[in-house]
Amino acid sequence: MSDTGEVLLRRRAFLAAGALVVNFSLRGNASAQLSGGGEGSGGAAVVDPKLIGDLKASPLLDSWIRIDGTGRVTVFTGKVELGQGIRTALIQVAAEELDIAPETIKLVTADTARTPDEGLTAGSHSMQDSGRAIQNAGANVLALLKREAARRWGVAAGSLSTNGQGEILSGDTRKVSYGSLAEALSLHVDAVPGVSLRDPGTYRTMGKSLPRVDILAKLTGGASYVQDMRLPGMLHARVIRGPSYGTRLTTLDIEAAARLPGVVKVVRSGQFLAVVAEQEWTAIAAMRKLQASDFSRTAMPIPSGTSREIMKALPTREIVILDTTDAVAPAVVSVKASYSRPWLHHGSIGPSCAVAKYQDGIMTVWSHSQGIFDVRRVVADLCELPIEHVHGIHAPGSGCYGQNGADDVAADAALVAKAMPGRPIRLQWMREQEQGWEPLGPGMVTDVEASLDANHRIVAWNYAVWSNPHNNRPVGAGGVIAGGEVVPPHPVPEGKPIPMPEGDGSRNSNPLYVLPNMHVLYHFAKDMPVRVSALRSLGAHLNVFSIESMFDELAKSAGVDPLAMRLSHMQDERARAVMQTAANRFGWAHRRKGDGYRGCGMGFARYKNIGAYCAVVLEVEVDEDAGRIRVHRVVAAVDSGTVVSPDGIRNQIEGAVLQSLSWTMAEQARFDGLHRRSFDWSAYPIHRFEDVPGSVEVHIVERPGLPFLGTAEAGQGPTAAALANAFADATGCRLRDMPLSAERVRAVLAARDRA
Amino acid sequence: MTIKLHVNGQDRIVRSDPSTPLLYVLRNDLELNGAKYGCGLGQCGACTVQVDGNAAFSCLTPVAVLEGKSVRTVEGLGTATHPGVVQRAFELEQAAQCGYCIAGMIMRAQALLDREPNPSDAEIRAHMQPNLCRCGTHMRILRAIRRASEMLKAMPASRKGATDERHG
Amino acid sequence: MSTRLVRPGGGRRAIWLGLVVFLLGVLVAYAATWRPPIEPVARPLPSAFSAAQVERGSALASLGSCAVCHTSEQGATFAGSRALPTPFGTIYTTNITPDVRTGIGAWSREAFRRAMKAGVSRDGHHLYPALPYVHFTHATDEDLDALYAYFMTRQATEAVAPANRLIPPLGFRPLLAGWKLFFLRQTPFEPDPTRSVAWNRGAYLVEGLGHCAACHSPLNSIGGEKQGMAFAGGEAEGWKAPPLDATNPRAGTWSVKALHDYLRGGIEQHHSVAAGPMGPVTHELAQVPEADVSAIAVYVASLMNPSNRVEHSVDVVDRAALAAAAQPQGAEIFAGACAGCHEPGAPMTRERRPLLSTATTVLANSPDNALQAMFSGIHSPEDGQTPYMPSFHDTLTDDQAALLAAYIRLRFTNLPEWSDLRAAASRVRAEEN
Repeated sequence: MSDTGEVLLRRRAFLAAGALVVNFSLRGNASAQLSGGGEGSGGAAVVDPKLIGDLKASPLLDSWIRIDGTGRVTVFTGKVELGQGIRTALIQVAAEELDIAPETIKLVTADTARTPDEGLTAGSHSMQDSGRAIQNAGANVLALLKREAARRWGVAAGSLSTNGQGEILSGDTRKVSYGSLAEALSLHVDAVPGVSLRDPGTYRTMGKSLPRVDILAKLTGGASYVQDMRLPGMLHARVIRGPSYGTRLTTLDIEAAARLPGVVKVVRSGQFLAVVAEQEWTAIAAMRKLQASDFSRTAMPIPSGTSREIMKALPTREIVILDTTDAVAPAVVSVKASYSRPWLHHGSIGPSCAVAKYQDGIMTVWSHSQGIFDVRRVVADLCELPIEHVHGIHAPGSGCYGQNGADDVAADAALVAKAMPGRPIRLQWMREQEQGWEPLGPGMVTDVEASLDANHRIVAWNYAVWSNPHNNRPVGAGGVIAGGEVVPPHPVPEGKPIPMPEGDGSRNSNPLYVLPNMHVLYHFAKDMPVRVSALRSLGAHLNVFSIESMFDELAKSAGVDPLAMRLSHMQDERARAVMQTAANRFGWAHRRKGDGYRGCGMGFARYKNIGAYCAVVLEVEVDEDAGRIRVHRVVAAVDSGTVVSPDGIRNQIEGAVLQSLSWTMAEQARFDGLHRRSFDWSAYPIHRFEDVPGSVEVHIVERPGLPFLGTAEAGQGPTAAALANAFADATGCRLRDMPLSAERVRAVLAARDRA
Repeated sequence: MTIKLHVNGQDRIVRSDPSTPLLYVLRNDLELNGAKYGCGLGQCGACTVQVDGNAAFSCLTPVAVLEGKSVRTVEGLGTATHPGVVQRAFELEQAAQCGYCIAGMIMRAQALLDREPNPSDAEIRAHMQPNLCRCGTHMRILRAIRRASEMLKAMPASRKGATDERHG
Repeated sequence: MSTRLVRPGGGRRAIWLGLVVFLLGVLVAYAATWRPPIEPVARPLPSAFSAAQVERGSALASLGSCAVCHTSEQGATFAGSRALPTPFGTIYTTNITPDVRTGIGAWSREAFRRAMKAGVSRDGHHLYPALPYVHFTHATDEDLDALYAYFMTRQATEAVAPANRLIPPLGFRPLLAGWKLFFLRQTPFEPDPTRSVAWNRGAYLVEGLGHCAACHSPLNSIGGEKQGMAFAGGEAEGWKAPPLDATNPRAGTWSVKALHDYLRGGIEQHHSVAAGPMGPVTHELAQVPEADVSAIAVYVASLMNPSNRVEHSVDVVDRAALAAAAQPQGAEIFAGACAGCHEPGAPMTRERRPLLSTATTVLANSPDNALQAMFSGIHSPEDGQTPYMPSFHDTLTDDQAALLAAYIRLRFTNLPEWSDLRAAASRVRAEEN
């Protein structure tokens, strides 16, 4: 194994040899990053590029922070709480920079009338986009407060300090509250760059695991979700559609439905159909009566076959992700493999819901969408209203993990509300509607071929990935289902790729390892046989699975330890640190050797090569006859830069590990030519308590002072790879197509036993 | 039609079609937020409440069958200012991400602890199987239930009683 | 005038004679019930068996559903410790992994064969007929050797089953020798030359390793299958196992294809879902060669429908209004508890899940399985292919279940109403598993 110095030397030699790097920046230049990870509308336009985070687009301080005469602070963010704990984390950031107690802060999340437009809460961008903006705005505000106090006292601002209780102190005994200062101050001024932030050594709040501000209410029945909203005069609506995207019902008896007792209205607009009732149960019963109808397909038939067969048959355009040429030693062994994953459901526990009210020409929509400002654009477009007359407000739903039905339901609710002015409308999708109509995570395929020289160094890396667009976030009526149902229908916009470094199907297709002769090609297929959009981590799930599986396959052919194989090709110190931390905590060096049934494996990635670093090591035991892979123990290490809430990070990574194990081992959306077949939890089972690992540990590698790194999607790819690698270690057999189902496990082990 | 229910220790009268599942009556008529709609098919447990102490899917329990039975929801275990033992344990363990499944988890756990105050890990896992969590909060939920069982063991017997005197 | 039956003075001699006869009888019985232990062997190496033999054994083990009984909830496959409720108490299955100390790792091939054919363990003790050796005894030695090869090449797991909890005298195993005298016929399978290859294959599997009659035949009071009533219907774990002969009320609708689909997939659209213990059996059958499942279907079809007449499936009956008027409480319960899955228009009905109007449980003469489904639910292995029905044990009283069952019968069939539903509900609930 070569040391860092030797590796660095080689890197320079590569560059000197005239490497050509296309469409990718190794440094991960922050300004090349897109707000919201490049999904959706990407927030408001940049006004001052010198500012940090989303201050660039909303430089006025009072867009972010307001202080009233009593010293109460309101912080505004364009990001939203999805269950990832961002509400608490942003409060911590604000509390820290303003040096006040977190309990005194009220945080307002995305509201088109009150908060900055920060685009989507997606792509693990919230700390970077909003966290840094709030951090810098807070520093700016505190500087202004100090300047005002200094002016009043006739002292230098630099002699003043704060005590963490919303007071500024002079060098002697004088003190003044923020409230009394704020009364004299206008925060309606632009932030200035370069204001110094608090010294991490003096942190009172950041870096500590504060209990989340929203959990207690959720444990005790407090109104916490859009589903819990009750407005005076509210009516309940259900939408009536075919079983899944691309179908419609053909034998509807709408008059009979309208006559059912308790049905207040049947709303029709082209193919769009909804029933409205005073009682929720009445709306459901009416819906069921209407659903007892035949259906037909409105779109092209869904092709049959594996994701490999389907994706490789689609027309594509090629996008070069990496293309380097380097002089190297001759290859002595090559490994070639193809990996894949099926289409996956988001599987939100709470089917999507929205509340809308149209009154006096103003449409208000409460939605759990990740992009409230886009909801506003969609609703304005669909309902033919001026955008200033549409007010979007975020209210949490259940975890969405990407684009689920939230945007479609917001549009459905708005259409119904428009038809019933003055009455708030609560529209809830049923379980089978969420399963049938939400966009799925795209099925993807990779083909990989890599070669080693006599010293077990990788000398060539050829990688191709096939994917549909992942970013079909609605920004106009054409992006939501109702947009295609009204007359005239809005055309579905063409899905576009997200450029690197964010990427979409290409996300994480660029290994962080330093490899020569890298040829990474993205086969972008714009035609979508199945409705798809972003699912947590986008292409990183399969790309990291592929890269990290290939690393193990190479390690095996060379007789090299998998960790050593990785370290010998990884220069990034932080990457090396997370790998070594996870390995040490796991006990990698003295791990049990694969004995046919038990084994260990690891996976690593830096999310998008610009986000958080995460390494996952796990131990499995395989029950050959049941085809079951039991995960006994998981040890993960994560580097998220400056840590706001350690427990928040651990919660995110634990969740990512368990979710990815379920995706990778158990899940695949099912179709026949006409419709989706995975219509409920029996037809799309996900992991339950008996399936989760024996234990999960998460270790945080602390980096105080370094920029925040988005963590929410860092664990999925490494976990998937660690699972496949542990299975291979345990059994000697390699599974490359997800899910690693009981059927596949039994088949590959039976083949092994036959041989 | 007028239906009489016994919810969280109180008699409640609602006007409802008797076929209405308890879930909608709890949420819409009694304005209790805890039990949630997840599937309406008895497959996910987001709607879990206790009926005569047993964990039950409120989405599949028409109010017509509840005469003489007592219902307990998460609101009957405690409040934000005075949380019950299980709620307190979940709060201490920060056992939630999106939190949508959690009220159902708490009720299912409560049903276990009511009859088996010292469950093994295997028993807890098996008991919780009907409830789904998509965020992957399972490890924390298991820790919270263990913690609740330890907290119950440490409590004097007089303080352990349920808020509703009609079931133990 | 009385007659003295025993001469005075001869009484003591009679007692001694009686005692000697009794002791001789005990000796004879002991000799008759005693089986010699077979010496333990070194655990055979997996390499001692050919891959082909192991693969054959794998298919046979699935056909025999060995894993279903010999695996506990969440336990390692074949490590035993599953509780089997019987009318005589609870028996725990043994560890049949090749673990030397706690499994069958030290068993020779002969010991394995003897267990399967004669119901005798390696060390000579008699095995309870919870292991259906009365059927396994018809398997060929070749097949038993393949099974042996398969089990000896599984992963060894250490596990000791809990002690059985049987009604007191039954703990005395030598009694089983007497039981076997009546019920164990160690005869090889004799193919019928007038029948097809598939039929004979099916007969061999069904009568032998498949042990279908163990559940699908009525048992007498001491747990033996009633003579001459094979496949006339039985029960298992609180569920009624329908007849597999012509007495099945829907015998004419079970074509070879329908049987094949049901056995292979656990659902037949115009009949039912494999519920209770049958669910895991169909899960096993999904893994065996297709031809074997077809053969079983051919044989069973010949039992149920010997003249091969094909009946059309029962018409779809749905008399919602009539049933709601006659059984309003049942209608209310159905609308709230069942409609989400079972009402026309419910999403499940589009997905080739059986309608209640053609469901075997609803059309059966006995309401037991319908009530059992309500109380136990249907929990097939979660593989994305088979349905999941929740249990209503805790939310429906016996009265409510009876009302619901009456409504369903009236709404979805033209058949006579079920009688004594209230009593049936109580009885079924007590048997619930």
